[in-house]
Amino acid sequence: MASRLIQNRQLSEDTWQVATDPTQAPAGANLLISLADWLAQPQAWLDHAGRAGVALQPTDDPVGLQPWLAQLALITVNFPAFTDGRGYSIARLLRERHGYAGQLRAVGDVFKDQLFYLSRVGFDAFLLREGEDAQDAISALDTFTEAYQVSVDRPEPLFRRRLG
Amino acid sequence: MYFYDEIDQRIVDERVAQFRDQTRRYLAGTLSEEDFRPHRLQNGLYIQRHAPMLRVAIPYGVLSSRQLRMLAQIARRYDRGFGHFTTRQNIQFNWPKLEDVPDILADLATVQMHAIQTSGNCIRNTTTDHFAGVAGDEQIDPRPYCELIRQWSTFHPEFAFLPRKFKIAVNGATHDRAATRVHDIGLDLVRDAQGAIGYRVLVGGGLGRTPLIGHVIREFLPEQHLLSYLDAVLRVYNRFGRRDNKYKARIKILVKELTPAKFRAAVEEEWAHLIDGPATLVPEELARIRSRIAVHDYQPSALTLADAAAQRSDDAAFLRWLQRNVIAHKVSGYACVTLSLKSTGVAPGDLGDSGLDAVAELADRYGFGELRVSHEQNLILPDVPVQHLGAVHTAAQALGLAQPNIGLITNIIACPGGDYCSLANARSIPVAQALQERFDNLDYQYDIGELDLNISGCMNACGHHHVGHIGILGVDKHGEEFYQVTIGGAQSATAALGRVIGPSLRQDEVPDAVERMIQRYLSLRDSEVERFVDVVQRLGIEPFKESVYGLKAHSESPAV
Repeated sequence: MASRLIQNRQLSEDTWQVATDPTQAPAGANLLISLADWLAQPQAWLDHAGRAGVALQPTDDPVGLQPWLAQLALITVNFPAFTDGRGYSIARLLRERHGYAGQLRAVGDVFKDQLFYLSRVGFDAFLLREGEDAQDAISALDTFTEAYQVSVDRPEPLFRRRLG
Repeated sequence: MYFYDEIDQRIVDERVAQFRDQTRRYLAGTLSEEDFRPHRLQNGLYIQRHAPMLRVAIPYGVLSSRQLRMLAQIARRYDRGFGHFTTRQNIQFNWPKLEDVPDILADLATVQMHAIQTSGNCIRNTTTDHFAGVAGDEQIDPRPYCELIRQWSTFHPEFAFLPRKFKIAVNGATHDRAATRVHDIGLDLVRDAQGAIGYRVLVGGGLGRTPLIGHVIREFLPEQHLLSYLDAVLRVYNRFGRRDNKYKARIKILVKELTPAKFRAAVEEEWAHLIDGPATLVPEELARIRSRIAVHDYQPSALTLADAAAQRSDDAAFLRWLQRNVIAHKVSGYACVTLSLKSTGVAPGDLGDSGLDAVAELADRYGFGELRVSHEQNLILPDVPVQHLGAVHTAAQALGLAQPNIGLITNIIACPGGDYCSLANARSIPVAQALQERFDNLDYQYDIGELDLNISGCMNACGHHHVGHIGILGVDKHGEEFYQVTIGGAQSATAALGRVIGPSLRQDEVPDAVERMIQRYLSLRDSEVERFVDVVQRLGIEPFKESVYGLKAHSESPAV
């Protein structure tokens, strides 16, 4: 199957696998863990995984991950439907308030028409839903060449940049 | 109006290209109806009973004659020759073809117009006083703040997929003509004890299925913190507003369920992280926006409305029009004229393409080429020199736009209703027309005095029926159209929600019911200055209920 993961504006292979139990997961692999499983035994996951990532749902509060953000290489935020906008706030909180610097990946009902907004709030990777034209979707990252608001990609609002 | 710079224009042009691509993919079958729908809605495009409906944004109700001419051209070229002005100060076209919409948006972009976020679960067009910048009772001009909010809300990346639609209104005058108390966020521009500008922030008002009056969550927000505070309110709503039930998804339900005090605490906690951040306003930006909002070259004179009346003291039609449709301007020697789109026989808020062109001509000849749309669905010439009022009246009469009925019973606010809208339970336009015919006699209207009559075809309340002195709501009973009547509603600072008088009525019963209530009012008022709504407030709904249903009938069947 064709890759559906966009990283750094390019199609990429997904090297991560979902894991639910550190004793069962392959040691040294890139493991993606739910927030609840992570919080239950963070050290066990850190010891076991090659790199560790946490999968967030729109109802999850990202503040709970704060102690480990520097050790996480991936956080995914699920969009159960593209019209569920909670993940946009989660992304900004992770990037702007909690200083998360690893990969932030949008997953779920993700397709071309959301990519521009998603990239502005701090997502740098997008796992497209099945059946999407990935090259066409990448072009949507350039839909708009300017934006008014404060965002992760442009921390100064347009009105401050207009002064310069 | 605010004139775009190169960046504002580029953003709108890029939106046209984006929507053209989305439409192409939809028509090619690569974007499903389900996925296209929220995207077309955020471009103001509904699929209605007969055809798509396109709602074009008129930011805070201000537009130029050039823009109005473009709307006329669009009505001619892509529609059936007319447009409908809405209670959110926008305009709707009822008959465009889906495949033409990208071209319509491209035409709009040539005059700095668009349909961005005029529908969908996002931040909608900000509304304000239709006399903003010209009203005699204005304390602070709301337009620069509305423009700041327009730019902040346009493609805000975090808040494009909210639980539900979100409406903001701003008022800067003594008399609130923006209905800030019935908006998701209402902002009253105020000054503190030192004279510094700020905002009183209300949250959680709204009409629709659950009408509520907003709560003040901050008495004074200093001017520079507007956008960070709005970010905080919206973030709390985006994260915690209900998404399980669309009827409980507006921010008013979150405020109510949390309690206003806890909601306020959540906003303040969020804001504590954002205060003094990069979203903090800089004085240069407000100055820049003010400089791009046309400042007109007024030539003040000593002429007053009383002088205009004295010059035509034998022209009864002019005097009536002067009394009802003209108000004093903040610049001496000028007046603000309301052109009534509420003539008997015309759907409230509708205007044909030649009428749109003719009004643009009036705005150029008797003003600075600027117009306003009121939430009462009329057009306003905001800058008419007093010496030209006679000529404007004559021209407006010739166009059928001089009905001297502003503030009277026939100045009906009505949504398009079941004739066009697929959400409606019942038609609005025939009810409005029957009432306009019933009360067509001007002497009778004047005798009744000030009365707001608002009609909505469903409980989404686009016709603001809850805040009408008389409100009429279309309801569906077993597939048949019925109408529920409320009385005692009011907009503005004394905002109140109307109360249901009894079982809903058939369409042909509505004019009689309204007339019986009016007759009861006329017999009960203590003087001519006591308005219908004042009598309802003084005596309650019982006398009116009785006038409609008789002494017994009303107690036998419960209200719908």
